[in-house]
Amino acid sequence: MKIKPRMLFARLAALVVVAIGIPIATAQNIDMPRFRWENFTTANGLPDNHVFCVLVDGTRIWAGTENGLGRYENGAWKIYRPVDGLAHQAVLSLALDKRTGDLWVGTMGGLSRVSAGRIDNFTQLNSGLSNDIVYGVGVQGDFLWVATAAGASRLNTRSGQWALFNERNTPMYEIWTYAVSPAEDKVYYAVWGGGVLEYDVKTERWKQYDDPDGETQLVLMKDQGLIHEITTSVSYVDKILWVATYFGASRYDGRYWHNFLQKDSGLPSNFLSQIKAVDGNRAWFSTDKGLAYYDGTNWAVYRPALDTHKPEMLVRDAAGAVKNIAVQSAPAHNYILGVDFQGDDLWVATAKGLSHGIRQHGSTESGSTGSAQVSQVQRSIPKK
Amino acid sequence: MQVATTWRSKAKVRASAGPALALTLAVTLALLLLAPAAKPAARSDAEANERYLSPIEMALSPDGRLLYVVCQGSDELRVVDIQSGKVVSAVPVGHVPRGIALSRDGRQIYVTNAWSDTVSVIDAATLKVVRALATGFEPTGIVSDQSGETLYVANRLSNDISVIDVNSGQEIKRLLAGRGASYLALSADGRRIYGTHIYPNAGAFRTPPNSEITVIDTARRTVVDRKQLHNVAGVFHVALSADGKLGVAAQLRPKNLIPLAHVEHGWAFGDSLTLFGDDVGGTVQVPIDELDRYYALPWAVAITPDKSKIFVTTAGSENVTVIDVRQLLRFAANSARIRQSSANGLVNDLSAAANYVTARIPVGRNPRGALLSQDGKRLYVANRLDDNISVIDTSSEKVVSTIDLGGPKTISALRHGEQLFFTADYAFQGQFGCANCHLDATIDGLQWDLEPDGFGKDIVDNRSLEDLAGTEPFKWNGGNPDMPTECGPRTEKFFYRSQSFTAQELTDIVKFVYSLPYRPNRYRLPNGELTPAQERGKAIFERTKYKNGNPIPEKNQCAYCHSGPKYTNQQQVDVGTGKSTDRSPVIDVPQLPNVVYSAPYLHDGSAQSLEEIWTVFNPKDTHGVSNDLRKEELNDLVEYLKTL
Repeated sequence: MKIKPRMLFARLAALVVVAIGIPIATAQNIDMPRFRWENFTTANGLPDNHVFCVLVDGTRIWAGTENGLGRYENGAWKIYRPVDGLAHQAVLSLALDKRTGDLWVGTMGGLSRVSAGRIDNFTQLNSGLSNDIVYGVGVQGDFLWVATAAGASRLNTRSGQWALFNERNTPMYEIWTYAVSPAEDKVYYAVWGGGVLEYDVKTERWKQYDDPDGETQLVLMKDQGLIHEITTSVSYVDKILWVATYFGASRYDGRYWHNFLQKDSGLPSNFLSQIKAVDGNRAWFSTDKGLAYYDGTNWAVYRPALDTHKPEMLVRDAAGAVKNIAVQSAPAHNYILGVDFQGDDLWVATAKGLSHGIRQHGSTESGSTGSAQVSQVQRSIPKK
Repeated sequence: MQVATTWRSKAKVRASAGPALALTLAVTLALLLLAPAAKPAARSDAEANERYLSPIEMALSPDGRLLYVVCQGSDELRVVDIQSGKVVSAVPVGHVPRGIALSRDGRQIYVTNAWSDTVSVIDAATLKVVRALATGFEPTGIVSDQSGETLYVANRLSNDISVIDVNSGQEIKRLLAGRGASYLALSADGRRIYGTHIYPNAGAFRTPPNSEITVIDTARRTVVDRKQLHNVAGVFHVALSADGKLGVAAQLRPKNLIPLAHVEHGWAFGDSLTLFGDDVGGTVQVPIDELDRYYALPWAVAITPDKSKIFVTTAGSENVTVIDVRQLLRFAANSARIRQSSANGLVNDLSAAANYVTARIPVGRNPRGALLSQDGKRLYVANRLDDNISVIDTSSEKVVSTIDLGGPKTISALRHGEQLFFTADYAFQGQFGCANCHLDATIDGLQWDLEPDGFGKDIVDNRSLEDLAGTEPFKWNGGNPDMPTECGPRTEKFFYRSQSFTAQELTDIVKFVYSLPYRPNRYRLPNGELTPAQERGKAIFERTKYKNGNPIPEKNQCAYCHSGPKYTNQQQVDVGTGKSTDRSPVIDVPQLPNVVYSAPYLHDGSAQSLEEIWTVFNPKDTHGVSNDLRKEELNDLVEYLKTL
């Protein structure tokens, strides 16, 4: 591919900027999104405090917990458990068919479809589902893609036909599929211990992406491939693939990989449970040490402080300068398991409750005037 | 209360013959023995080949001058000039048309074609089909939304509702419905569509059936509610009052969990209505039967514009039931009784109908669609098996004329058998006919406790009637070698306890039952080839060796028992699926064509899906060899079975 001189100059200029460490904006004046956090626990109706996943459906919020599926609507929680027809009480994943409004629920005991109050269950005994432990679900038109502990399954919701994908018909050498992100052209699977699998919708062929460093946790060749093969989440938006692993995160544009590690990014931890992209440049990272946001240049972390447990918001600029923004509230816990968007608001699944991040515009979190106070500036986000 | 007799008053004589009832197939087959020499009727071939019209649904042109009649038997839309009562046109449509709707401006007529999986779009000016729109499996009910931009089609066999963009003609999406989605009604304000289902939803084994009214928000074009109908199986037409405060659905409440032989202590079906809406709050079920007379298969519902009367066609009883709405609502408003109804008290009270049923208007055979004129003064009833339309004056509640649609003037043996199949007139107190369980000559999705051997013993799943020739013997235990001896005088006396068919009637009904064809199979590729998954499944079905290379005993190979053109060797075997409640574990090998449509499975319906036949009920490889299969191989086998 020929590179035009103007484009070449732009790339060189960018490289120079990075090389000499000149930040585009300083930590002092970066305007990262701020939130007022409202937290839900069993005390105010949540089915269980261990929230595995969350999904926004307009004004309705679904929370998948260790002991039931919760629906929050009009200020009240409704709980679904096996006694109500749910396949299993431990809800691991959620997906919404936006065309029909049907909710697909992955559980530790099969797959449930919640449709206007009716629940139908699909298990490895009563259907073609490959395994009852359903870690991930995703809707792609008339197809439902499922990530299970025994490979991938795809249900044609019109014909009822199940197609199974595993080590026998894909490059999947590890069948513990953990998450799925389907789109019109590609379907991506995070395979726990097996990297990322890509399904090309047009050619119906599978391709595998793995850590070029192999099983080692050392990063010998950063940005030359997936950061690690123990993947936990994929998010494919605007033809950009984002991957979460237990050892960092990756971004792949179809040609180049870019990896994010705690040591050289704003990630508060390399241990990620979920990644959810806003677009090709922005994404939210669910880590065991807080919720992180990357806007393409800068980072923000939202959590209860690891030491004091007081609300904390950290902002890291492109140069690595970190400031601590004074905030009044934080997500329920720093162990984040998932996030979904409700307009500018966030809903966050944590190990000890569900959190609603209410976006605060143009002022401090409390709504009072004045800029955020900078309590401290550091070169990196503190490690616990 | 004015109660007219039905078209065969002799039923009342038969009603005194005994207190018991028989179930559909049992009734049919029991009667066959009365004519051991049941030979084809001495009718001419020309008669036998007559193509009857079988009008089933109707719509009126906006100016009220034309009546559009869907003729299921002739694959036509017949157009009747109301003033002259004459057919002025016949428009060929798809195969087995079943539903009709008009565009808001009346310029387009939409007809669903159940066996073509299409909607014929007819230009009302030229009466020509201008295009066909693809739907789900077996499209039945259809409505246009108020904007006229979207069509909703209930698909009976794919259990969903197609949402079709009228401008593009494309199906935008399918909404999950209940099993056997069939009839739709648009609320007066256009905000909601209500859908009903001819089959019950899947449920746990040996639990009461449940159905639902699916509620669609037309603004969002999604399902927003499912009104639960407890102890209800078949639900047919649904209608909304003009003020939007009252919804009415016609339904069957089967008593399939208790032995049919105990029917003298109760009844086999409760013909009833579900009321919903602001007028009643929640849902309330009310009966339309009487203590000593039943009004079988309530099918279509029409509510007068002033909400003074409800008309209900009873497809098995050849009449129209008239209900006074004010009396009905007053009765239902009795709060104590409404509370009681939630525990089935009200709907099981056969004295209740006397409070609100004001008349029974005799009409023709197998009355189906009911349509009110815009002013509510005339009710049109499609008499499906008489090929005519009864015109009823809603004020006097009498038939004032009958519109002949121009069908054959003679009744063939086959047609006569069809009439016998669909009438409840031969059963004790007119309680039910063959078509009660074999809805539209198919199944009912239920499992019945037929035998008089105690509660919960010998449970049997309702079997398909499609193309039965060559599948003898009958019954799940294979006890009867052919149709005429299937139930015989013994069973007839045991179950039916009513006057039998004549020898000729018996011959004709056998002829009709044997004439029922296969419904189209939607899982086969148009070119007849198999998909790779189906091909792999076929190899598993036909395999003779275990995966380790050892031979599978011949009698444990799928294709050994399920052999021949109907996939049955017509033998009886013990495949290990018998229950402790069965008298014998020996089961008749069922035919497999269109098995995909007849869930649940096994003789007692204990397998909810094809997969469960092997994942749950074949632990010792006694029903074919399945335990060496991987999950994807079992899926392939299932995909192949769907094509049979």
